[in-house]
This record gives sequence, structure tokens and C-alpha cells, in this order.
Amino acid sequence: MNPAFSVIFFTTLTGAGYGMLFGLGMYQTRDFPLHREAALETLFAALALVTIGLAISTLHLGKPWRAWRAFSQWRTSWLSREGVFATITYAPALLFGWYIWRGESGFVVTVVALALALCSLLTISCTAMIYTSLKPIPAWNHSLVYPIYLVFALLTGGLWFDCCAGLVSLYGLAVWAAMGLLLAFFKQSYWRDIDRIELPSRESATALEGIGKVTVFERPHTEANYLTREMGFVLARKHSRKLRVISVLLFAGVPLLALLAAWLLPVAAVFALWIAALSALLGAFVERWLFFAEAKHMVMLYY
Amino acid sequence: MTALPAPSQKKLGLVIDLDTCVGCHACAVACKEWNAGGIAGPLTDENPYGKEPFGVWFNRVHSYEVEPLAASAQPAMTVHFPRSCLHCETPACVTVCPTGASYKRAEDGIVLVDEDKCIGCKLCSWACPYGAREYSAVEGVMKKCTLCVDRIYNEHLDEIERQPACVQACPTRARHFGDLGDPESKVSKLVAERGGRDLLPELGYKPTNKYLPPRPRRVGESQTTAGKATHADEKLDPAALPPVLRWLDRVLSR
Repeated sequence: MNPAFSVIFFTTLTGAGYGMLFGLGMYQTRDFPLHREAALETLFAALALVTIGLAISTLHLGKPWRAWRAFSQWRTSWLSREGVFATITYAPALLFGWYIWRGESGFVVTVVALALALCSLLTISCTAMIYTSLKPIPAWNHSLVYPIYLVFALLTGGLWFDCCAGLVSLYGLAVWAAMGLLLAFFKQSYWRDIDRIELPSRESATALEGIGKVTVFERPHTEANYLTREMGFVLARKHSRKLRVISVLLFAGVPLLALLAAWLLPVAAVFALWIAALSALLGAFVERWLFFAEAKHMVMLYY
Repeated sequence: MTALPAPSQKKLGLVIDLDTCVGCHACAVACKEWNAGGIAGPLTDENPYGKEPFGVWFNRVHSYEVEPLAASAQPAMTVHFPRSCLHCETPACVTVCPTGASYKRAEDGIVLVDEDKCIGCKLCSWACPYGAREYSAVEGVMKKCTLCVDRIYNEHLDEIERQPACVQACPTRARHFGDLGDPESKVSKLVAERGGRDLLPELGYKPTNKYLPPRPRRVGESQTTAGKATHADEKLDPAALPPVLRWLDRVLSR
């Protein structure tokens, strides 16, 4: 599949943004939540990430000014659901910001914070489902795609949340390190699986099963068409090994070292966290690029 | 609405005969000609006379080489394979559409795009394993086969012309149009008789269009020994020849 930058930035930036909002919402339900300024700053940063990501996603559209129509088909379409939840999430986020700004706390604020966390989680889930529900792309229609999207959002968002809020705790460091390792493990099994995935046969695609072995004699057209450009992208498979290593180093390797440094050198802890957060997001970009570029679409059976 | 309607009684579609298709691309050209000016038009071409022409077509005719199975005595063959929208019973391209631009008609099962609602997100083209949808970057919307919905019900055309342009153009009658929901229709009977098949049936989209596999080739002595036979192996029965040739054979055999 053609790795469109608009979609890569959309999924990674909104993922990190909603991961941050989830972290913020959950953190504010604790007995000792963030103080006013830190909470507002974090909220602002998260909404900025989400809004930029959503704005970039409209660049993928042929008719961006019609994007409002995408709210209508939530009954069947995961893309529509994603749009709906992404928009709904602004409500608890802004309400939460309003309460924090006024310095309020209590049961209602806790409920709003929980709603914010829940909506964020649902939006991330819808984003993952857009891709994993597509049967013609077996590398996306894979059971690990959903957990990988989720953990990526929670890890990148969580690290950014800690940075913005200036939080350094042994507990936090341990959680992010565990998530990084889990993600590396998930990706490793995912890559091992997709390397072995077999598309259906060309015989089945051409109704010639049982008649003979089918090979391409002549393509219908000498030049590219939309299908071969969009679904027949091959550049990455050539470089996939190196890019896989680079992405794992960025989203797990460097962050793990940085988290270790933060634990051992408390003076440089916040700086190390920033390194971890930036590196993990960069790793997410590379991983997402590969996620698109490595995926084979069944239509290429015909070519 | 992208929610699918209840399966319609009437299921309009095509039956494509892979036995008789000669790969002339007349269907693709006739389709392009009609639809460039029809309800799905324009079918924009970018750089049509330049170095890398690029454009939207609803029909693509592939050609394949088929190496026969070892067990069969069949000869190798080329199969020409016209590919277009199959107007599936449960089309994923419709349900993934976020705007309701893609829809399946409740009355006859035709899958269409309302180009005034399409936002050009391309998700439907990702959801189709058959490559039936092609995006036009010039118009910013998705394009697909309409089964010539503006021909088949068009009362301004003579009745004989009320069929898809691709079907009408086919010089070998390899394309048949009709109601596949009616078991008594000509197309349904053709499918039953020739063992019509679905493409990628394992995916479960239940295509309406069917493909008729090539008939087995006649495998006689002349085919199996073709190219290997020398004149010594040929048997000539002089008794079966007319008198003049029998005399000639006798003279030349001396």
C-alpha cells in the first residue's frame, strides 16, 4: 500500500494526542492530581497534537470541505465512527479544561476526567479498526494490529504526558519501559507473521482454480494506473529489514536507555524523558510508514 | 446510506465467458466512451497523449497464461480476463464509506457512488479486493462501474440497446447481462449450465457477476501428436481415396 504521509501523520499524531488525553484523564482521578498549570498545559499540548493530526488527515481527502459528511455513517463505517468519537472527545476535554481553569475538583470533575479517558480510548480503537477491518489487506486484517495501535498510542502519549506534566516516578518509568518491551515483542511477532502470510491464489482470483497454473501473460495497460500506484507500492519491501530495526531502536531501544538514565540520574530525568518521548514518536512514524508500505493488497494478484 | 439493503429479488449483473473472450479490449473502450459522458463522467485522463498516460477505466482486460495441471491432457492456453465491478451482494466498499456516498440499490443490487457526497478518502478502493474502484485525482472523487444504469433503464434508447455498453460492444458475445436473482433468466441458466464461478469466493463478498471457465479443449490424436508426427507415422488408406488419387498414390509409391 502507498504510504501517504497524511495518513501516517494522522494516525501517529492523533494516537499520541489521545494517549496523552487518556493519561491526563486517568491521572486526574487520583488523590493527588496534577496542579492547575501542569494540567492545563498538558491538556493544551494534547489537544494541539490531536487537532494537528486531524487537520493533516483531511489532506488525504479529495474533497476536504465535505469532511463533515463523514459523521453520518457511524452505523457501518469505522472511519465515520473515528470522526464521531474524535469530535465527541473535544467535549469532555474542553469541559475538563474549564473545571481545571476555575480550580474546581470533586466528583463531577472526576467523572469528566474518566469520560475524557474513555472517549480517547474509543477514538484510538476506531482508528485501529479502520485498518484492521479491511480483509483484502491480510497484513492489516491481523489480530495484532489493534493491540499495536493501542499500545503505540498509550506509550507515545504517556511519555509526552509525563514530559509536559514534568512527572518522574519510578512507577511511571517502569510502566513505559514495560510498554516499550511489549510493543517490541508485538511487532516482532507481527512481522514474523506477515512475512509468512499467503494471499489467496491467482487461480481463485481469476475463477481458474482446478484448470491450471495461472501466470501473467500481459497486463491490461502498459502504464501505471490508480490501482498499481495505490496498492502496488513496492519500495519498502526492499528496505524492510533495515527499517524494522530502525523503528524498534527508536520506539523501544532509545526510550529504554533514556528511561534507565532517568532512573539512575534524577537530575537529568526530565531531559531523558523528553529524549524517550521524541524517539518513541519518531519510531512510531517509521513503524507506521512500514505498516502501510509493507502491506500487500489482494488486487495485485491480478497484476 | 451505507447500511446494506435486504438482498434484492432482482440482482442485475454480468456473466463473462472466459472461453470466448479474445482479449480485444472492445468492452473497455466502449465502457470508457459511454461513461465519459454518462452519469459517472467525466472519466478523466491525465496526460493522455504524453509520456505517462494515466486515467480512470471501469474495465481492465488482463491476459493470463494457463499451464495445465499435470494430470490433465489439456494443452496450455492464454485466458483473457475482463475485470470490472462485480456488484457484490455484501460489498465491503459500501459499508466502509463514511459519508453514504457509496450505496447498493435496494431495487436491483447495483453498487453506485454518489459523487456529490464522496469526500475522496479512498477507503472503499482499499476495501475492494477486485480493484473495481479507481480514484480520479482531478475530480477528487471515487469512480466505479455503474452497470450502465443510465443505459439499461433509458427509454430514449431502442430496447435492444438497453444493456451495458461493454456487453453491446463485445464482438464474441463473451459478456451477458441479465437478472442473476431470477433462476429462470438466460444468464442464470447459462451460469448453471457452464458452472459459473465467483472470484475469490473465500472472502465472502458474494459477487453477483459470474465468470464462465474455459471449456475443456478437445483432446484428440491430432492434438496430442501434433508437431511430433513424421510422415512415416501417417497412415494413408488407399482404398478410401477417389480413383484418380488412388492411381497417383500407386504411381508415386513405386
